[in-house]
Amino acid sequence: MALTRHEVENIAHLARLRISADEVPGYVESLSRIIDFVAQLDDAETDKVEPMAHPLHMTQPLRVDAVTEENQRELFQTNASRTERGLYLVPKVIE
Amino acid sequence: MHTRTLAELSAALHAREVSSVELTRHFLARIDALADKLNAFVTVTADAALAQAEAADAVLGAGEAGPLTGIPLVHKDIFCTRGVRTSCGSRMLDNFVAPYDAFAVERLAEAGMVTLAKANMDEFAMGSSNETSWYGPVRNPWDLDKVPGGSSGGSAAAVAARLAPAATGTDTGGSIRQPAALTGITGLKPTYGRISRFGMIAFASSLDQAGTLTQTAEDAALMLTAMAGHDPRDSTSVDEPVPDYRATLGDDLEGLRVGVPREFFDEGLDAANAAAVQAALDEFRKLGATVEDVSLPNVGLSVPAYYVVAPAECSSNLSRYDGVRFGYRAEDPVDLEDMYKRSRGEGFGAEVKRRIMTGAYVLSAGYYDAYYLKAQRVRQLIAEDFRQAFASVDLLLGPTTPTPAFALGAKTDDPVTMYLNDIYTIGVNLAGLPGMSVPCGMVDGLPVGLQLIGRHFDEAGLLNAAHRYQQVTDWHRLAPGGEFA
Repeated sequence: MALTRHEVENIAHLARLRISADEVPGYVESLSRIIDFVAQLDDAETDKVEPMAHPLHMTQPLRVDAVTEENQRELFQTNASRTERGLYLVPKVIE
Repeated sequence: MHTRTLAELSAALHAREVSSVELTRHFLARIDALADKLNAFVTVTADAALAQAEAADAVLGAGEAGPLTGIPLVHKDIFCTRGVRTSCGSRMLDNFVAPYDAFAVERLAEAGMVTLAKANMDEFAMGSSNETSWYGPVRNPWDLDKVPGGSSGGSAAAVAARLAPAATGTDTGGSIRQPAALTGITGLKPTYGRISRFGMIAFASSLDQAGTLTQTAEDAALMLTAMAGHDPRDSTSVDEPVPDYRATLGDDLEGLRVGVPREFFDEGLDAANAAAVQAALDEFRKLGATVEDVSLPNVGLSVPAYYVVAPAECSSNLSRYDGVRFGYRAEDPVDLEDMYKRSRGEGFGAEVKRRIMTGAYVLSAGYYDAYYLKAQRVRQLIAEDFRQAFASVDLLLGPTTPTPAFALGAKTDDPVTMYLNDIYTIGVNLAGLPGMSVPCGMVDGLPVGLQLIGRHFDEAGLLNAAHRYQQVTDWHRLAPGGEFA
């Protein structure tokens, strides 16, 4: 099943990825190849099979809702590209 | 000195034949002279390594050393290392200095190991040839025109070229076993959950597993004993007792039931690889094992199931890279959406973007049932095949890869061709089983790997079988010659 240019552009938008116009044909081709390839899953009879979400059939453990982390804001903010007065800066969100 | 195993280096350190500082200097000198030929590392941490070595020598001097104290290693650059750049092979994290250590890093540091460097890798562990790294491809020390495999390609090349006696790696679909096979070393991917994923940068969380790349199974046993264990910071890490994996290495293989999945001997398997694996089966027979055919009827659907499940999880995990709190941010964004899109578009490479988009597609409205749910059902079938096989055998043996190492650039044009490198390894991840690759032959000067697959949490059985095999064979002792000798 070939994906269309429009579908690929829409997926890129959903994934918040800027793809330049001349890159789009390459992604149309390779993503179509991948979707064709995984379509062979249709050959398997799975009507009575439970989907497998976890390899060990574990239940998720619960923990006490307690603060276990110390505040390391300054250390963590050394990795941010723009901060001011302890806040992360992003382009203006509200006009 | 650099050709010695961890077990041999441990003995030398404890006998005070050599100090940890001398050993560390020796490996740093080799890295200095040879690492550029392989492009095996992203960051070399020479000063920190020497400080750690001095501390290890003090522990050795006080008579308080453990088996790994003072031995150098390299970490795949997917493991967070406090105060050291942790790039995950991506431009996205080229400027990221981890504020904490990963669990595996913490455990091996507590055991006294010395970190020499952070190893190059496929970007976000997405690749089978180490060609998707932002820092360029890693080369195979057996033939510099060949790939070392991936995604733990830098780790594998470093151990194979004896630039480090051991390395950590991660394996989501074969990323430890495949490069171990292509570079002639021993790779161990433990059971899902055996080692905490805390601080290991996430790709596909239901598949990712940390493990080891070493010369021998004995060395893997030493490292796993130090690395395994429960950690409340990873809710999927398993609270099972951790045995001393070295204690059972010498157990007899008499009566061991070995199964050989016939689906692994398909038309895609190189005849010379098949012959090497058959010769290894003969060695297991001589060691007292019985060898029988088994069938994993759905294992042929492993690669397509994986390329739905893994990209789906990847698209979710990698949504955290938004250019705000850490990681790459594009210059002069006009608005928030432009910042997200350009930061991600410029920060990720082509294969990572392809997988994010595949994941976004299979999870999108209208396609979820057809792809994602279907793949999770097929995953159950594959896991059930392994369960049935292990009802009648103790261990599965087969090839790790279809062919020996291939040329750089040979498979970069078509993603599906690249994905099929992992045809024999991916089922193990889908089922959450432990697997290993050990060297079992040479074809035209390139190593061939034998894959061993065990029951959940039977790493001891795997390591025992691999160790007994290595006691009667020499393939694991072969190392690249020439400048790497």
